[in-house]
Amino acid sequence: MSALVIAEHDHGSLKGTTLNTVTAAVACGGDVHVLIAGHNAGEAAKQAAKIQGVAKVLLADAPQLAEQLGENVAAQVLALAGSYSHLLFPATAHGKNVAPRVAAKLDVAQVSDVIKVLAPDTFDRPIYAGNAIATVQSADKIKVLTVRTTGFDAAPADGGNASVEPVSAVADGGFSSFVGREVTKSDRPELTAAKIIVSGGRALGSSDKFTEVLTPLADKLGAALGASRAAVDAGYAPNDWQVGQTGKIVAPQLYIAAGISGAIQHLAGMKDSKVIVAINKDPEAPIFSVADYGLEADLFTAVPELVKAL
Amino acid sequence: MKVLVSVKRVVDFNVKVRVKSDGTGVDIANVKMSMNPFDEIAVEEAVRLKEKGVVTEIVAVSCGPTQCQETLRTAMAIGADRAILVETTEELQPLAVAKLLKALVDKEQPQLVILGKQAIDDDANQTGQMLAALADLPQATFASKVEIADGAATVTREVDGGLETIKVTLPAVVTTDLRLNEPRYVTLPNIMKAKKKTLEVVKPSDLGVDVAPRLKTLKVAEPPKRGAGVKVPDVAALVSKLKNEAKVI
Repeated sequence: MSALVIAEHDHGSLKGTTLNTVTAAVACGGDVHVLIAGHNAGEAAKQAAKIQGVAKVLLADAPQLAEQLGENVAAQVLALAGSYSHLLFPATAHGKNVAPRVAAKLDVAQVSDVIKVLAPDTFDRPIYAGNAIATVQSADKIKVLTVRTTGFDAAPADGGNASVEPVSAVADGGFSSFVGREVTKSDRPELTAAKIIVSGGRALGSSDKFTEVLTPLADKLGAALGASRAAVDAGYAPNDWQVGQTGKIVAPQLYIAAGISGAIQHLAGMKDSKVIVAINKDPEAPIFSVADYGLEADLFTAVPELVKAL
Repeated sequence: MKVLVSVKRVVDFNVKVRVKSDGTGVDIANVKMSMNPFDEIAVEEAVRLKEKGVVTEIVAVSCGPTQCQETLRTAMAIGADRAILVETTEELQPLAVAKLLKALVDKEQPQLVILGKQAIDDDANQTGQMLAALADLPQATFASKVEIADGAATVTREVDGGLETIKVTLPAVVTTDLRLNEPRYVTLPNIMKAKKKTLEVVKPSDLGVDVAPRLKTLKVAEPPKRGAGVKVPDVAALVSKLKNEAKVI
């Protein structure tokens, strides 16, 4: 029995989500290997080799893997899949794109968003926006899993000493081509990796207010910024800030929800946070039912006050 | 150009589901059912492409029990031209649905298949990618913008950290993200018109597909409850709690 973790990386470095996925792979039992499919990705492979619990790193390095196009990465995984009992992807946009393509080609079921490994073939996963937890068992020979990274601790990034083994890269499938990327440049921590998140809702009222009120607090705390769906729909915050069932799933040490009422779809994305603070002037807002500390106040006065008090 | 759109009948997004006391699943008896919101976006996108003159025919497909006919009528009221129900009372998992859709893609030969990126009941986010794999087609998932020209689709995708644009040659599979469009309201005249449109019913066996579930659900449980904490009177009290009690700042 052995598991292959399909790493998330930007060629030059490994993304944190890979570490959580390694922990899930270790829980499946057996050896853990990591695949780096990329271009000029030697540095990412070196980092993967240092992760505790990793026995071997496979490096497929070729220009056709540079843009991480789903079809090519899936083909790369399929070229190696035969020798593994488990294929694990982080449940990120990239992992979710590739994993089902691999599973279908192998004619096996995929278990999405695994939050717990109960046995090598039995897993817990949330359904209905996390309002229920299903325990599922797979009889398939190869288990294809996406791992909800908030469900597993990060494996230590140092201390391992795995070998890096080059593997031949698959040819370009010619299915799709890369046109461009607009990545939000920010000095803030990444939403899914942040220790503190300041999140805003529709009550902010405008994009300007969203920035004006929440940025100083996020700056002070070194926090990432998040938003409710309502705030994103209203154009107050970019799409990729959305926290919730269909957006990002986060579990920071501290989550500050300002002017967020707390629809179940939003709670689905943040209720595993260690400490939740809710600032809302509506005493009946559902967010208070999950908040450790609720402050019933107008956010436009409370948030600046909070910035001053910190 | 023909488009195939797949729609799923799910528990309405406003319903808070309850886990059955025997742990076999969630209670969906007498619960309001609707079209999966992401699939509504998929239908709307197909209709907009038709209104632009890019698409000539929209075929809506649903897999599931007889009641899915209602979901298909809604799709036709939004603007789909005809519908196919793959009728079965068996539990359908994403791989099985992808195989059914693959069989219909072979039969209908659409240039484009549009699906929601995930269904809000099982939250799997698999079917579109699986269909693309089985049909050996390019995939453009989590789309927030779709442009069709010269036998290719240029698709802007929502990815972690921003947006990515890729170009796929047609035929291709596209899955929709939230911000692709805002579905229109269905009007009464269109609901009446939809009743007259063709709705074909087939069985999985007609398509030669084995839909037996691959994953066995051993139990379904309530998630651990997170209790409400305390209300604090003011900002000073909040800061003190965060510093001294929770020790997170």
